[in-house]
Amino acid sequence: MAYLELEGVAKQFGAQTVVDDFSLSVGKGEFISFLGPSGCGKTTTLQMIAGFLDPTRGAIRLEGKDLAAIHPAKRGLGIVFQSYALFPHMTAAENVAFGLEMRKVPRAERAERVRAALAMVGLAGYEDRHPRRMSGGQQQRVALARALVIKPSVLLLDEPLSNLDAKLREEMQIELRQIQRTIGTTTILVTHDQNEAMSLSDRIVVMSQGKIEQIGTPQETYERPASAFVSQFLGKTNDFAATIDRTAAPARLVAGSWSAPAPAGLNGAVTVSIRPERIGFGDTGLSAKIVTRIFQGNHWLFQCDSECGPAIVIRQNDGERQPAEGEAVRLVWRPEDMSVRGGASA
Amino acid sequence: MSTAADERNARAPWVLTAPALMLFIGVLLIPLAMTVMLSFHDWGQYKGIEPVFILKNWREIATDPYYAEMFWRTFRIAILTTLLTAVLGAPEAYILNRMDGRWKSFFLLVILGPLLISVVARTLGWALLFGGNNGLVNKLLMSAGLIRFPIPFMFTETGMVIALAHVMMPFMVLSVWAALQRLDPQIENAAMSLGAGPITTIRRIIMPQIMPGVLSGAIIVFSLSASAFATPAIIGGRRLKVAATLAYDEFLNTLDWPLGAAVATLLLVALVLIVVGSNALIERRYAEVFR
Repeated sequence: MAYLELEGVAKQFGAQTVVDDFSLSVGKGEFISFLGPSGCGKTTTLQMIAGFLDPTRGAIRLEGKDLAAIHPAKRGLGIVFQSYALFPHMTAAENVAFGLEMRKVPRAERAERVRAALAMVGLAGYEDRHPRRMSGGQQQRVALARALVIKPSVLLLDEPLSNLDAKLREEMQIELRQIQRTIGTTTILVTHDQNEAMSLSDRIVVMSQGKIEQIGTPQETYERPASAFVSQFLGKTNDFAATIDRTAAPARLVAGSWSAPAPAGLNGAVTVSIRPERIGFGDTGLSAKIVTRIFQGNHWLFQCDSECGPAIVIRQNDGERQPAEGEAVRLVWRPEDMSVRGGASA
Repeated sequence: MSTAADERNARAPWVLTAPALMLFIGVLLIPLAMTVMLSFHDWGQYKGIEPVFILKNWREIATDPYYAEMFWRTFRIAILTTLLTAVLGAPEAYILNRMDGRWKSFFLLVILGPLLISVVARTLGWALLFGGNNGLVNKLLMSAGLIRFPIPFMFTETGMVIALAHVMMPFMVLSVWAALQRLDPQIENAAMSLGAGPITTIRRIIMPQIMPGVLSGAIIVFSLSASAFATPAIIGGRRLKVAATLAYDEFLNTLDWPLGAAVATLLLVALVLIVVGSNALIERRYAEVFR
């Protein structure tokens, strides 16, 4: 049975629908990311789970209980805010202890749990610091400790890493994942950073304009994007216009001078999308010309002008000779590496 | 860079601030110094002011209980006014801050509006409402049979405190408002998510953070109330003098300028000590919130 369940959840502000028909079931201990551009409704959804906003329609259930009937203060969820929202007039230890105080945990046990929580996030010895005397990364850790010390049923993270610099963000990602694995708290992360979503989560919910575009594991959403939006939002992709020719026998899928056996069930004009790292240079295939060639250490990035419009190709720097700028090339890829969308059903 | 240019650079700030500095010295520091000097001069009914150095005025203020009572009343009124503005103004600012955009700006204007009206006009308004048998509110209540005698307001300390609090409210609201702007917009949600109810959130999370705002508002209100002239003059009149009205009377009625100067100087010194002292205290106490 699902641990946390959202069923047909929608939120409207006036005439504007911010979240529409959001259904998701989260298993216990799962790490889920809501991924999408700003304004896609991911934070609104998180706030509805937290109880700061009431859904216009739909139900949110935790272990089978309807959350609408439970006041936000009684839901027992741990939340880490984008701005951390630490209490500036309290020390790190007092911040972490606040939730335990509200739960009337005895003083001795409280002190022990606060110490353990701060140690878990690597802040042992910082108990008496005030938040404004700490770095962004340290504040972030205090916020995480404050949310985890109450042993929340679900941990909600609202863009927790977006205020950190790139290096620190990477470190925190690894740490966050380890902590989550160790204590096994069901976690929902809201982010606009596809790398963050992919490296942290068990499953990603890709959202756009208030709707779910796709729910799947990081690999699924990357390799088999359900829509053009998903394929473009998750990493770089090439979209080529192609046609399925059913007059030939067997039927062929044709994009410029590249062609392959047509997939079953489709007809007419379609779009094929291929990840740049899955395209190679060959003797036959889509003819193109290299416009720019950029060296990026472990790989080469080529921008090409192909029969079907601009194309990006990424090749591993494996020591092989790579085509130069202005060189005419043929682009090839395996049919199983592309996804085909659109077209009439045949 | 050459030394000449260095010198020119060092002089530049002085040259640039010279006009303001001259004005400041000319209209504030010199008259102030003259007032302090005046407080040591002698004065007689028939001989006028004698430029000598004596402690007569200061001795009179120190020994005559009339002055002690009057200064005590001044500070009592200022303290009560400060408390009243804090108790009403802080929640007012908090409620205002939680309002929606359009209502917020409308009510902010309502609060600030009185600042656009002269203090004299505002205080006379109170007199029109509560002044003796002819005051509007008193008349209404008496004709309705709710009260037999007019509510005592004019020439009472209560009246002065209420009228002063009304005049000073915008300063407190603005000061708390500024402190509220520094609050993390998610801070209340954070407290709620940890299990705190609304009362606990206000008491444990909001109050400590806006306290610096309340206290700096209190300093403004206190010093303005203690040195207020118009409101005590209209509500308190001759019967209930405070330091400012006393100094005025000594200068312009008794014509005993040296005594008036001594009263004014004492008020100034006392205020400076109180304000600087409490400011230092607040800054030390709330160092973490101010950062």
